[in-house]
Amino acid sequence: MADSAVHSSAVSTELPSGPGFPDPGRSGPARRSRSRRPLHRSISRAGIVLVAPAALYVLIFQLAPVVYGLVLSFTQYSPLQRGAPTFIGLDNYATLLRDPDFLNALWVTARYTLQVLPVTVAIALVLALLANRPFPGVGLFRSALYIPHIVSLTAVSMIWLWMYSQNGLFNDMLELVNLGPQRWLNDAETALNGVSVMRIWKALGSNMVLLLAGLQTIPRDLYEAASIDGANRWHQFRYVTLPGLRPMLVYVVAMDIIYLSQSFAEIFVLTSGGPLNSTTTVNYLIYTEAFDYSSMGSASAMAFVLFAFIAGLTLVALRAGRER
Amino acid sequence: MTTTQVKKPRKLLPGSRSAQGRIVNFVLLLAATLLVLFPFIWMLSLAFTPADDAFRDVKIWPDNPTFENFVTALQLGSLDRAFLNSIVVALISVATNCVITVAAGYAFARLKFRGSDIVFYVLLATAAIPVAVTLIPLFLMVSNFPLAGGNDLFGRGGSGLIDTLGGIAIPYLVGTMSIFLVRQFYKGMSSELAEAARIDGASEYRIFWSVYLPISKPIIAVVAIFSFTTVWDDLLWPLVVSSSSRSQTVQLALTEFTQSGNIQYAPLMAATIIVTIPVLLVFLFNQRHFISGLSEGAVKG
Repeated sequence: MADSAVHSSAVSTELPSGPGFPDPGRSGPARRSRSRRPLHRSISRAGIVLVAPAALYVLIFQLAPVVYGLVLSFTQYSPLQRGAPTFIGLDNYATLLRDPDFLNALWVTARYTLQVLPVTVAIALVLALLANRPFPGVGLFRSALYIPHIVSLTAVSMIWLWMYSQNGLFNDMLELVNLGPQRWLNDAETALNGVSVMRIWKALGSNMVLLLAGLQTIPRDLYEAASIDGANRWHQFRYVTLPGLRPMLVYVVAMDIIYLSQSFAEIFVLTSGGPLNSTTTVNYLIYTEAFDYSSMGSASAMAFVLFAFIAGLTLVALRAGRER
Repeated sequence: MTTTQVKKPRKLLPGSRSAQGRIVNFVLLLAATLLVLFPFIWMLSLAFTPADDAFRDVKIWPDNPTFENFVTALQLGSLDRAFLNSIVVALISVATNCVITVAAGYAFARLKFRGSDIVFYVLLATAAIPVAVTLIPLFLMVSNFPLAGGNDLFGRGGSGLIDTLGGIAIPYLVGTMSIFLVRQFYKGMSSELAEAARIDGASEYRIFWSVYLPISKPIIAVVAIFSFTTVWDDLLWPLVVSSSSRSQTVQLALTEFTQSGNIQYAPLMAATIIVTIPVLLVFLFNQRHFISGLSEGAVKG
């Protein structure tokens, strides 16, 4: 690292006069290694060498597991019983589609994703619009609003676990206005909404920062032209801001779908899937199925159904957001 | 279009509104920020509240602020050991990512070979695979890792890398999103430097090492931050692989606090603060890189 620091200063002074680089003193050993082969061959060989470690890693620890998982999903397998997986064809999938617990988990995942998403994006958009005006200290606000995103999902869940607890902040506030305590996360009726509120808050920061970046790509002349045409603030928002923000909005929605539909940590900390499975997301069910009940075959099948579910939802969002 | 607006052609550009509008804007933003920070403010309050007061009433500014919760937190769930474990795994991941993804990203941008674009898109596509899909296979691969934890050459007989820091580190070694970000970074650079160095007879590796790497600090910082926080914040994988304090990570140690029926929230908040401080420090000193890592993928993707 110290070596590259030395180079860094040398390069930055060399930068404008590109052709003068590298200095003769340094090119000595390189000159010796000059080959007479065509240039493109040495380039593509170096390319392959530099890509190889990453490609190998992804092949072994990303792609192979996908294939392995797909194979497992056609088997019955429990590592606790030291036997090989038994092939059972599509039985896992057929069982899943009739399994009330799994269907419930799909429903919970869909509901959670679709109720958190619009609220957090809408609030983040308002925040982004507020923070898009240049005034002293605006950077401080942007950073502060980003903090919930920095802190891990597990850590923020701890804070909300306390706020929702019997003697927590929310019940204290109810007491101030003379209302009785609520059971929040311990009530099947309210638990998923309780987790959702936390996640809406948690997702604000990243969504706001992305939308802010999107807002700043909209040319200012468009607003100028609109106001000369007599557009009021709502019209400007409707006909300049929203269309200009469309690509970023689509990206934000797609990313949110991908993250929200894989919720695990907040469920694990706040509710453990309860009460009465009212907060059991598919990811949480997969975890319990594979590691509490050790049925890795059916858990793998669940993972692929979830994959299809996420892909489908994301495609719907991308299609809906396409330029018309 | 409304006619009233036409009659008074006020400039409605962002930032050039009336003083009144600006004050409203400022007040709304301030209120929203305080509301967003509210849970953190209470976390701090509770963490400094003496254990005896913690169940009665918690005040924003505790009557007798104390550090005792932090001491309790460190003793209660082996947080100190977990902290060390997380640091080790995070540093391993930072090191491998900075070497492997920077090299690959550079090659994808500047050293094209036949099929390099296809390889790149395949790598990128793996970033879209849900964690759940690879979770079980990776767990089985780690537990059947050859010649580790009493396993034979075929991965049988022992526990493999289960409950070891090596086993925890495996899924974090190469981040495909980082490869994408690095490639974007080098694509935006001029190729004149490389051409000049080539004319001087420098090898491709030397061009990468001596010409491009020294001016790549911003992207290396992004990769380092990205890999550090990924390891530091993850819960699911350590939960599956770790089975004792030997390989427990910080997030896992946090969840230990909630396992008992009667949760002690004051030490828990202290523990949450301890666990959060490293990431918060990294953020405070590298805000620019944080944000660029987040939005780069969106704007240029």
